Parts: sequence; structure tokens; C-alpha cells
Amino acid sequence: MSRFTNALMGSLFGAGALLGSTAASFGADTIKVAFIDPLSGPFAATGTSGLAHYRYAAEELVNKTGGVLGGTKFEIVPFDNKISAKESLIQLKVAIDQGIRFIAQGNSSGVANAITDAVKKHNRRNPDQRVLFLNYSAVDPALTNAKCNFWHFRFDANADIKMDALTDVMATDTGIKKVYLIGQDYSFGKAVAAAAVRFLGEKRPDIEIVGNELHPIGKVKDFTPYARKIVSSGADAMITGNWGSDMVGLGKAVIGAGFKNPIYTYYAASDGITKTFGKDGEGKLKLVMEGQLNPPVSDRAAAYTKGFKAQYPDFDIGQPRIANVMEMLAKAINKAGSATDMVKVASALEGMEHDSIWGSKITMRPQDHQAIQNVHIMAHTANDVTFDFDNSGFGLKVESTVEMAAADSATSCNMKRP
Amino acid sequence: MKHDTENSTVPSAAQPGRAPLIAMRSALPWIIAAVALALMPVVFASGSALTIMNQMAITIIFALAYNMLLGQAGMLSFGHAVYMGLGGFFCMHLLNQVEYNELYLPLPLLPLFGGLFGLIFAFVIGSFSTRRAGTVFAMISLGVGELIAACSIIIVVFFGGEEGVSGDRTMGPTVFGFDFASQLEVYYLTVIWLLLAALGMYLFSRTPIGRIANAVRDNEERAEFLGYSQRNVRWISFCASGFFCGIAGALFAINFEILTEENLNLATSGSILLITFLGGVGFFLGPVIGAVVFTLLQTVLSLYTELWQLYLGILFVLTVMFFPSGLAGLLAMHVRPWKIGKLGLLARPYVQIAGPGLIFVLASAAVLEILFHARHASIGAEQMSLYGISFNSHAVAPLAFALIVAAASLFIIARLAPALLEAWGDANHGDSP
Amino acid sequence: MSLFIVNILDGFVTGLLLFMLCSGLTLIFSMMGVLNFAHASFYMLGAYFGYQISTIVGFWPGLLLAPILVGVIGAAIERYGLRRVHKFGHVPELIFTFGLALLIEEVVQFFWGKSQMAFEAPDVLNFSAFSIAGNAFPAYKVFMIFVAMGVFLVLLYILTKTRVGMIIQAALSYPETVQNLGHNVPLIFMGVFGVGTAMAGIAGVMAGPVLGTFPGMAVVLGSIVFVTIVIGGLGSLWGALFASLLIGWLQTFAASYNVKMADILMAFGLNQPVDMTTSMLRDLWSLTLPQIGPILPYLLMVFVLAFRPQGLFGKRET
Repeated sequence: MSRFTNALMGSLFGAGALLGSTAASFGADTIKVAFIDPLSGPFAATGTSGLAHYRYAAEELVNKTGGVLGGTKFEIVPFDNKISAKESLIQLKVAIDQGIRFIAQGNSSGVANAITDAVKKHNRRNPDQRVLFLNYSAVDPALTNAKCNFWHFRFDANADIKMDALTDVMATDTGIKKVYLIGQDYSFGKAVAAAAVRFLGEKRPDIEIVGNELHPIGKVKDFTPYARKIVSSGADAMITGNWGSDMVGLGKAVIGAGFKNPIYTYYAASDGITKTFGKDGEGKLKLVMEGQLNPPVSDRAAAYTKGFKAQYPDFDIGQPRIANVMEMLAKAINKAGSATDMVKVASALEGMEHDSIWGSKITMRPQDHQAIQNVHIMAHTANDVTFDFDNSGFGLKVESTVEMAAADSATSCNMKRP
Repeated sequence: MKHDTENSTVPSAAQPGRAPLIAMRSALPWIIAAVALALMPVVFASGSALTIMNQMAITIIFALAYNMLLGQAGMLSFGHAVYMGLGGFFCMHLLNQVEYNELYLPLPLLPLFGGLFGLIFAFVIGSFSTRRAGTVFAMISLGVGELIAACSIIIVVFFGGEEGVSGDRTMGPTVFGFDFASQLEVYYLTVIWLLLAALGMYLFSRTPIGRIANAVRDNEERAEFLGYSQRNVRWISFCASGFFCGIAGALFAINFEILTEENLNLATSGSILLITFLGGVGFFLGPVIGAVVFTLLQTVLSLYTELWQLYLGILFVLTVMFFPSGLAGLLAMHVRPWKIGKLGLLARPYVQIAGPGLIFVLASAAVLEILFHARHASIGAEQMSLYGISFNSHAVAPLAFALIVAAASLFIIARLAPALLEAWGDANHGDSP
Repeated sequence: MSLFIVNILDGFVTGLLLFMLCSGLTLIFSMMGVLNFAHASFYMLGAYFGYQISTIVGFWPGLLLAPILVGVIGAAIERYGLRRVHKFGHVPELIFTFGLALLIEEVVQFFWGKSQMAFEAPDVLNFSAFSIAGNAFPAYKVFMIFVAMGVFLVLLYILTKTRVGMIIQAALSYPETVQNLGHNVPLIFMGVFGVGTAMAGIAGVMAGPVLGTFPGMAVVLGSIVFVTIVIGGLGSLWGALFASLLIGWLQTFAASYNVKMADILMAFGLNQPVDMTTSMLRDLWSLTLPQIGPILPYLLMVFVLAFRPQGLFGKRET
């Protein structure tokens, strides 16, 4: 027994040596941004696409224009969090050990909640090693309301803002009398439904909400029964916050069941979804999103998109805001004159005004660190699409725009500054 | 090779009923382990290394507790994450009580409460799930696991939905001046509980009830004829396992300060099965090895390659096919040559085969990596770098080279194999000293 | 009422699809005594092969070739993997198929990546066969019903009218005796495994265009398939059919009828708390049937096993 244990201990130390070697930090000649998102597992498609966005944006928008602080370049360091809160926290520690001070994450509000909480605690416990959390895609409103903190910045419009913009547009369509709400049963799905009920009630009290339901996330094999209910309800439009395979399953089932009216969505595009819907989605699928691709707003935007497609033909600019993240971070570091003093960088980012490559003005609202920007309603179509998605010929075309959406919306954030 | 045979290879180890539970001889490995664990942070001081070691320690407790069922009592559970997760969720709520309602609870005692919560749940669920062994037990565990994981999304009050429940471990009373804000303090707290829990589980396996669990595993009817209720034996094992799972859950709560649905779901339950089996279910130390190897693969290998899960899958399937007694079984095969002093005979063939073996593994991985890169990398990004060499993944030459190296090393391994087998036979031949 | 009829039809399609998986799985279990955890993975392989072939030569050759390919792979895995593990006992066998499920998912991602595949139903069937009160019923689903029934009838014929079928049937009830009679049991094992996985392959090709072809499709369906055969009774083909249809309808109706817990509780005379944000019971009050629909089969299974461990139709205890 004891000899066996001794031998085991030996191998344990061997394994530990491996562990130590990975924790060794790299050279400090670049400013590193840790990209913590799923790069393996069921949500890896979105994660790998986001990584491509970041790499391209860092190269094109920062490094090729001379870097920051007089020539220092950005470097994106990927970490696979397997969309798990636990793994994210481990990878966060690894990143901080490597001397990385900027953390970018976006997939899953659950993970974002874990990271923002961990960053807050870390910064309090280690004031000489503070980090910033650049949330580019997690849209749970709580992150900039009850759970807000000084180190967290959100570059996407949150679920409430998107719904505010969407209902602004829907309110002008007098043909809509009945609306069906359906979403995934978790905080984001609930936030979408609650916002829809609230805003429709304010803007169009005559609209009847004929269905408001939640289904288990990622567990529904066949959406046909839901589709039957939606068709039978006689709804003139439906709204869903579904993403991933839940979006595809729901959309295909609803269209297959004979639904002819608009389907307003948050995430029904790119990563294979646009191609899967193809011509079935034409005239039905609508998306509420920031960042206008079609028609291109400027030559610069067109060149940027074209360059991205040339380098990553299998990916699309499905998350245009990532370009804003890189540009605004570079600006903030230059303004602060430091890439290590996080209080200065965060203060520079707070309240920053920026002209996005996508044609919108962006304000990082100081009260809650929520980016305020133009939000568009886009249609899934093959007409007038300069930049398609999934190489399918279909893409998103902007139909209407809400300028600086929800700029004066209330927030329950009580920002504590160091 | 089961627990009891392990004992027989060490003639001087305690026999139940006659010698005291821990003889000095058996205490030695524990002392060595304690000293080694105490010194680990000196070698690996960085925050992430500490986090990974904490994660390992928690996985070790969980895997050992799982093996109380799988290895000792022969019960295959597909939903065991539930007991660790529920223990953790309760502890998280306790932590929040400490923070907001000024409950007096020193942090180092929290795992005890986690264990009790795990025990209570195992007692309730076990009351009906342990009536039968085999497939019925496995399926009930799957069903209960799925139900509780689904509840965690629905019952937001307790489980916090998909965001989970988070808290702050530093809000309780300080203990000897420690407030547990630093990772190092948490590390020592975790390893003390690791040692306590591992010792507890080891001693449990030596008690009469632990022994009878083995008997029930091997032949239910015979155990029943001997007068032991097989159902009660399973139930008690299940409760004990639940207790230690709860301790692991509490340590998770302390370390990560957040619990989510992920702590309860089937993927976590599946990976603990994988870890335990990979390490070796027939040995007390098997799950320990499994937990260490798995955590390293998960956190370290995933930094280097996107394909880590594929490698893990291959490793697991090969283990089940060729070494059903796991990595610990592989090591234990060398105990006999060691005892009879013939381990030296194996050194030469091992060294001979190690080189080609390593090359074969690296070359095969290279084939997979090149194919994967060629298929999924973006156009224009045809350059890939592997083992420090940069080359074009779309060209034929690198792939052909990797294939040839793999084939050649396999050929050499095949040539060396007979000598190894012969040496193996020789090394196992002879009398025990 | 019209919604009820549509739901009956939809549930029937879901049930038949489940049955195509369950029948193969239960045959394999009857013969070898092992629950094949990777069964749904073969279903996924069927969908991916079907997709790949359809991009080259079209849907119809895919419907024929993909299941054959899946069956061959299944048979090879039985011959070179499962047979080897068989001698270690049942638990390693179960764990082997569990590992296989993980591995197949990784292999699929290795070749096809992680995104959803654009696997389309053939254009010939891309119209709505009929519609009931505005609810279209796609022709493709009608086709699925016919294929599933066809497969079931062929299987029934083989099992009851042919010599091989007799041996297999005998093995359902008396596995040891069949071995003792000197039949080439290993070959039958391999054959049954191959045919069982090929049926999963057919189900995969047919379900791919409707339910989506993505790496998570096996996991979504995987455990439901076990649950179904455990409820029906391990080793019972009729039990598998009954349980498949039961679960098909259960899930369809649960998703379709928005029964609210609040209504039930109020019928019992309880009062809904005024302030739902602070009540500890708010989740119970806001619970609806569609929310818990997908977990009903698990609940059913736990009850069935707790009270009747051999399942509804099973004769042998597991």
C-alpha cells in the first residue's frame, strides 16, 4: 500500500510540474485581452465565430492603425470556458495569472453573472491586480441594473432596450392585433417576455397578447405542439428570444405549421441558422439587433466586412459590436495613458462617446455602463443583401432604425466607484 | 482486483475485527499525503494553480464518494451530481445567511453542514431507489437526476435559475485571524477536508458494513442468506456516499462562491462516472488518480487544443476496452513484480518502448490536428503550428509525414511488444519474498 | 377539437419516431442484456450521413445508404468493441456504450463542425398535405408515418415468420437455452446490433430535416429513449410500441395545453399570494404544464420503477 502510494505521489508531482508550466506568464510586449467563451461543446459555433471577430477587429482596427500608447499592440488570448460557470472562473484565474487585465465574454448571461461577481470580488481582494470585464453579448438586464458594478461594461443593447426598440416599430404597424410570446424558461427568456408585456401595454394597449409561455431550454425535441398553438391562436406576430437549436427548432416548426406572419426574434441569424431557414424564412423572420451590415453604411464598413469574409469565409459578422469593443477599449487606454491602472481605464470608458464603424453613435452610459446605440429591425431576405450569412445568399437587411434606443431608460444600478 | 484483494497483497495490513482500524503501517501513506499536500503551494504558488488544485481536491472527494457506490457496492448511478450539488446549494444559502442575517457559522465548519444535507437527500431518495440494484437503480438514478436538474431551472427561489446562487465566503467570523479571502487559505481549508473525507471513506470501507457492501456487490443472494438485508446495505452505502458528496459540494461553494444548474445536471453526473472509471473502480486510490488526470486534461489540455474532448473520449473508450481496472489497475499490475523484486526486468523494455510509444501518440494527435485544421480553419489561414513547427495544413506533405511517422512508430512498437510481454511474464514469475 | 386532432397526429409521428429507436434498442437489450447508451448517437450518425449523401446525390439515396452505413458501423463496433468488453461484465459494457456516446459526438464535431446542418426535406415532399383549421400538416410527416409503419411491419414479419426471427424471439424469453441449442449466438448478436443501429439510422435520416441536424441531437433524445423502453418493459417490443406512443402523446399534449398550476391551486381553495416577487412559493404558483412537459417521462419512469420494476409490459425483472 505505502509503496504504491509513494509511486502515486511521484506521478502526482510529475503532473503538477505540467500544471506549473502552463501558469508561467508570456512576455509583456502586447496588451492581452482574454476571450473567455465556449470553444468546444454545443455552443462552440458562436464562441469560435466571436473569437474570429475579436482577432480581426484587434488586427484591423487597432494594430494596423498603430496600436495604443504609442505602438503597443492588442493580442487576443482565447480560453475555452465550455459555457460552464465553474470553468469560466478557473479560466479567469488562469488569465489573471498570465497578467491579462481585460476579460471579454458574451455567451450566456449565466456565465456573465458568474464572471462579473468574481471580477468584483477579485478587484476588492486584489487592488493591485484589478481587471475589467468587457461584456459584448450577455443581455440579461440585471447585469446593468441590480447586479451592476464599476468593472463591468456592456456593449450590446440589453434585452429591455431591444424590446423597447422592437415595440416602437411594432406599435406603428396597425395590422398587428394579436401577439404571441414564447421563450426559453430562464432569466433571459423571462426578461424578454416581461419587457414585451410592459412595452406593448404602454405603446399599444389595444394589442392582445394571445399567448405568453416559456418552454424548457434545450430540452424540447419537437416544437410542433407549440407551433400548433401559435397558429391556432390566430396571432398576427410572434416574439421570441430563443437562440441556438431552440431558435431553429421553433422557427422551422412554426413555419412548417403554416404560420404566415412576422416572427420577431433576437438571434435568428448566422452560425448556420440563416442557411437552415433559407427561403422559408423570407418575409417572416425579423431580427432586432445593433450594427447595420446591409445596406453598408460606409465604404469603411463595407471594406471591413469584406476583409473579414475574405479571411474567415465560414464566419459572418454576426456580432458587429465586437468592433466597437476593440475601438472603444483602445480609445480608453490611450485616454487613461495606462493599460494597467484599471480605475483610470474604466473611468475613461465610462461616459465615452464613440462613432461606430457601423454608423451609429455610441454612449457608454455612466450610470450603469450600458452602451446606448442605434438599434435596428432587420429582415431575413435575399434581396439587396450585400453581405449574406452562412454563404447562403440570405442575409439581414435593415428595415427600420431606432436612434439611440432607450437612451433615457431608468436603471436600478447603484454604481459604487472606487 | 478489488478492495479486498488489495488488502491481501499487504499481509500486515489490518484485518477487520482483529487489529485496530489504523495500524501505524497504514497511517504512513496518510502522513506522506498530508505533508505532500501541505507543501504543494510552495511549488505551485500562482492563483490559477491553487484554483486547479482546489478543483482537483473537490473532484477527488466527489469521485471517492462516487466509488463508494460503483466500486464498493456495485451500484451504477447516472445522477450522482445531485447530492453534491444540493449540498452545495444549501451551503451557499447558509453563506448568504451568514452575510445578511448574521448567522454565526465559522467557514471551516460549513462542509460538515454540506455533508448533512447530502446525507438527508440520499436518505430520502435512497429509500426507494436502493430497493433494487443493477439496471433499475441506474435508471431511477438517471430519472431522479434529470428531475432535480430540471427543477433547478424551474424553482428559481432556491436554485436561482440558470444564473445560480452566489455568495461571499469572507463574510463570516474570522478563524484564528483567517478570513479566507486568499486562495491559499482556501487551499489549506480544502485539503484538510480532503484528508478528513478521504480518511473517513477509507475507514468506512474497512468497517463491517463496508465489507458487506462488497459481498452484496459480488452476490446479492449469498449476502442475503448470510442474514444481511442487501437493500439496507445498499441504502447505508448510498447515504454515506451522499454525505461525502455533500462535503464536496460545500467545498465547491467555498471555492467558486457560486452554484449553478451545471452542478446538478447529467453532464456532471456523467463526467464523475468517467473520472472514477478512468482511475479504476476497484481501488481506493483509483478515483484519486482519475480526478487528477481528468482535471489536468480538462483545464490544461483544453488550453492547447480544441480537440481535447475527442482525446478524452478516445482515452476513455480505450481504457474501458483494454484496461477495465483503470489507470490504478495499470499501476497495481506492477505491485507483484515489485514485491518479488523483479521490477527491474521491466525497465529495459519499458524504456525501449517509451520512445516509439510517445512518438506514436504525438504523431497520431498530429494527424487529427492537421485533418481538423484543414477541414475547419478559415481560408487564408492555412498555416498552423504544432509542437512549435509552423506549416501549411492544406498541403499533403505534413499530413503524409505525420501518417508515416505514426505508422513507423506503430511498426516499431509491434516489433518490441513480444520482448515486453516476455519480460512481463518473467517479472511476474517467482515467489513472494 | 381541431387542435386535438392535430395533436393526436403530431404525437403519433413523435411516438413512431421514438419507436424506431426503441424497437432496435429493446431488441439489443433482449439479446445481450446491455442497455446501449450510444443508441441515440447512431440516430445522429444517420442524420449526418443522410445529410452528407443528400448534398452529393440527393435525399432518396441517402435514406437508403445512410442506415446501411450506420448498421455496418454498428456491427463493427459490436464485433471489435462491445464483444471485447462483454467478458468484463455488464457494468463495463454499459460504461463502454456511455463512452461511445461521448466519442461519437466528438467525432461528428470533428468532421462536421459544431453548427447546425442545412438538411432539407426533399422538394417532392415540401408541401402541406392537408390542413386542419389553419394548421398545416406537412407531407413529409405523412411520409414519416408510412416509413415508420413499413419498418415496423417488416420487423414484425421477420420476427414472427422467419427462422432468424424465431431464434431472436426465443432469445427474448430464454437467452441461455438458445445458446445451449448451438446457434451461432455471436453472429446473431452482431446482426441484431447492426440491424438495431440501422433502424436508429433510418430514424435519424428522417428526423434530421424536421428536428434539426446538430451535434446535440443525440443528447436531446438519448435518455428519453431509455426512459421509454424502461417504462414499456425491457425486452418487450409491444411494450416499446405502447410506451413510445404514450410518451409521444404525453409530450405533445403537455406542450400544447397551457394548464396553469395557479388554476389548480385555486380550485383547491388556495389564494394566490398578492406579492409574487417575495413569496417563497412563487415558482409553484407560476408553474405551467408546458414548462414541465419534457420531464414528465422521467417522472413516469421513476414511478413505474418504484412500483413495477419490470416495466409496464416486461416479464423479466431487470
